[in-house]
Amino acid sequence: MDSTSTNSNTSIHDIVDLCLLAGKIMLQSGAETYRVEDTMSRMAAALGFPGAHSYVTPTVIMFTTSRTEPVKLFRIAERTTDLQKVSEVNDISRRLTERQLTAAEARERLGIVDDAAHAYPVWVQIAAAALTGACFTVMFKGSLQDALPSLLISGTGFAAATYLHRLVQFRFFAEFIASFIIGLLAFFSVKLGVGREMDKIIIGCVMPLVPGLLITNAVRDLMAGHLVSGISKGADAFLTAFAIGTGIGLVLSIF
Amino acid sequence: MILQLITSFIAASTFCILFNAPVRALLQCGFAGMIGWMLYLLLDYSSDTVVATFGATVVIGLISQFFARSFKMPVIIFSVGGIIPLVPGGLAYDAMRRFVENDNNLGIQYGVQALLLSGAIAAGLVLSEVLGQMFLRIKKLPKQP
Repeated sequence: MDSTSTNSNTSIHDIVDLCLLAGKIMLQSGAETYRVEDTMSRMAAALGFPGAHSYVTPTVIMFTTSRTEPVKLFRIAERTTDLQKVSEVNDISRRLTERQLTAAEARERLGIVDDAAHAYPVWVQIAAAALTGACFTVMFKGSLQDALPSLLISGTGFAAATYLHRLVQFRFFAEFIASFIIGLLAFFSVKLGVGREMDKIIIGCVMPLVPGLLITNAVRDLMAGHLVSGISKGADAFLTAFAIGTGIGLVLSIF
Repeated sequence: MILQLITSFIAASTFCILFNAPVRALLQCGFAGMIGWMLYLLLDYSSDTVVATFGATVVIGLISQFFARSFKMPVIIFSVGGIIPLVPGGLAYDAMRRFVENDNNLGIQYGVQALLLSGAIAAGLVLSEVLGQMFLRIKKLPKQP
């Protein structure tokens, strides 16, 4: 295939590879669909393909540099939330369009971002989840006495969700079990007299599991005209919320 | 009130740690969350919960857009932390609880209210985005990625 690029030492394959890698990292890190498409088109335009098209859903990226070129496809199996990576890819793409980076440099940097671990180790995340739970319990008009049990319970719940997700490749099940554990622990903490209001403790502790980012992204995608992505993300969020609700509901119906 | 200020700041920034937000964005996230929660509480006293959620979300969205442009990071990093406290988790929990207790009427009532609140959050976010874009067009600044 002849290279039609303005940049003579980068072939069309390299450019497609670069754009697909950028899109893949962003989509896996939980960026909005419109941002993924926008970034890929901008990068392609900066490298000499202003007519590039992409179609992105939460599970697949399709990308072509022009109408006559074949479409390249990339399947996304696993998605997490990593705003740091979104921000880094965004930064690389902006520098590329401002011509502060060449295609080869951008490719190298994207590779580093792709291989990098999450910004925070697991124990920091669990500690953060514990703090979040305690703070939310206070914010939702729970007493300070309830903050201590929710600190412990939300940490345990988040740790359970994280480790269970590594054991079973079924996120909804992990969230169901985690919220069940949260409900159970909250019940016993009130029974033992450590906490006062079970409702406030449960609401605070469940918050780290609530799919807030998914809901926000779903609506934004819908408003931006990405109907398929918006609806599938909404369904994802609904299932997560349903899993959490069922876990808590099970505890409430047992006792 | 001071306690609410502190806890909302901590909650918003620690939530951003859960979403792996960059370290240099955490303080701004906490700030957006704190302002939003304060506004929500103030509006909630004087008017309806839906109105309060809507108003707070619009302001959070505008603050996030401002931060996003001044720190050159995607808007989503800042808005997520601010939105999270407004997500009607408590109402959804109440609805679930009523269903379990076989009080379906109250359950549906709470459920519909939770749905309305999520709609208010969505509408607020979109409105703030539109306002931000209009502001940019008026100032004729080049749009940043």
